[in-house]
Amino acid sequence: MNVSDTKKEFPIFDNKVHNNDLIYLDSANSSQKPRVVIDRIYDFYTKEFSNVGRSVHYLAIAATNLYENTRVSVQKYINALDKNEIVFTKGATEAINLVANTFGQKYLEEGDEVLLTELEHHSNYVPWHFLRKSKNIKIEFAEINNDGDITLDSIERKITNKTKIICVTHLSNVTGAILPIKDIAKLAHSKGIPILIDGCQGAPHLKLDMQDLDCDFYAISGHKMYGPTGIGILYAKKKWLDELPPYQGGGGMIKEVNKNVISYGDLPNKYEAGTMATAQVIAFNESIKFLEKIGIDNIEKHEKELLNYATEILGNNNSINIVGNPKNKGGVISFTIEGVHPHDIATILDEDGVAIRAGHHCCQILHQKLGLPATARVSFGVYNTKEDIDQLDKSIEKCKNIFNLK
Amino acid sequence: MNLKELYQEIILDHGKNPRNLRKTDNFNKDAKGYNPLCGDKVHVYLKLNENKKVEDISFEGSGCAISMASASIMTDLVRGKEEIEVKEIVSDFLDMIKEKNELSNKILKDDEKTKLMCLSGVKKYPMRVKCATLSWHTLTSALENSQITINTEN
Repeated sequence: MNVSDTKKEFPIFDNKVHNNDLIYLDSANSSQKPRVVIDRIYDFYTKEFSNVGRSVHYLAIAATNLYENTRVSVQKYINALDKNEIVFTKGATEAINLVANTFGQKYLEEGDEVLLTELEHHSNYVPWHFLRKSKNIKIEFAEINNDGDITLDSIERKITNKTKIICVTHLSNVTGAILPIKDIAKLAHSKGIPILIDGCQGAPHLKLDMQDLDCDFYAISGHKMYGPTGIGILYAKKKWLDELPPYQGGGGMIKEVNKNVISYGDLPNKYEAGTMATAQVIAFNESIKFLEKIGIDNIEKHEKELLNYATEILGNNNSINIVGNPKNKGGVISFTIEGVHPHDIATILDEDGVAIRAGHHCCQILHQKLGLPATARVSFGVYNTKEDIDQLDKSIEKCKNIFNLK
Repeated sequence: MNLKELYQEIILDHGKNPRNLRKTDNFNKDAKGYNPLCGDKVHVYLKLNENKKVEDISFEGSGCAISMASASIMTDLVRGKEEIEVKEIVSDFLDMIKEKNELSNKILKDDEKTKLMCLSGVKKYPMRVKCATLSWHTLTSALENSQITINTEN
């Protein structure tokens, strides 16, 4: 993989930040967009725009085909069995809300348990919390070990005969831990429990094979996969999408509407009410092609190299404490500097054009457990280089100088 | 350079060794403040005497250098002031951070104003203004006994 060529495909890097080159180390938050994706949105609106799935005119038919082409591309990319197992949403958050809402309505009763982990992002906790209020369910958390990792054992320990669904992240956006989700799925299924994976951090960086993983639900965020904002994907096994009730009501999701009776549309229309983010879905096809062109194996290798390099450099810095040391780790490093608050680190780094994230990264449960109000986080994408890490290192030194640290 | 203006020695000093970081005994007014975006928390405690004078003020919490320094300097400057004076200082400070170039109250001495003006560096960092103002909004809430947790996002 030739990184300098890859970087050139992202127009954002033509810009300066505070008169410096942009060093973008915040891809776990949202990735930058390659030109093909940006151009696709422009082209669609200038030459091809129409709403999809409704009218019979030329543009409507062409737009509908383009929209459905993305569904097939996603199906192939994640090796789902059926294209109707791909539901477009406004993001991974909506995908998880869709499952929590519909699964909760149909299958959860008072006293039932939903099993999460302490690593979960708020988007894989709050939707389930709603059911605590409306259905009086309980939420259990599998606990992290000292490395910031979730083991199969920690999940197994929390499973009871009341556990109705297990919802875990594929890759922690704080510790970088990659969970053994195939094993977790096997364990869950051996007890007759379905499993939902929050794939926000997994999908952009790891090889995906839904049939091999055998998970019931997998939520994907488009904007973290070099795609536009406003697009997410819910993968769900067809039997669930057939069985669960619709999520939102509106145009496009119905079969027949009478004053007393309404019947719902077939898949995938059943879960895609109203006008969807058409341009974004169509442009997302370019993101998939972009990822395929580089090759996920190359991406994994590249990001592993960056992770190792950055871990060595930051690890050699006595003032830095890296949060977590999971066995299997993705391209995310959260850290603290003794004596400098993460917000101050982020402001000082920004002055050099180095974009990182500071805060609790929407994982307050985890930060409470770690006893840290906030951490600084760097995360990698296809455009990052070792030189980016060298600049990060220099800017961290500047940070220490400003705060009079040795 | 902007960073030097933001992180002046006095800010670093108060950020590292915040004054009045404790809980006032027998406080009679208090309020909590929270910035949900970064997790900064502050709890301000006040003891007003019968003449409505600030007999003691303190705070607990955690946050960045800017928020800790701001709370530290604030508590130093309002101790011994009358409630009405405290309110004027707070509103003068908030006006300065938002739009004015200087402080206009006649309560603080010049050297006290200079100290407070050290926080004006945040003006160039819109995302950090909330760090500087959180404890001040919380102090207002405590004086008003509003029992509302100050939330920077509301």
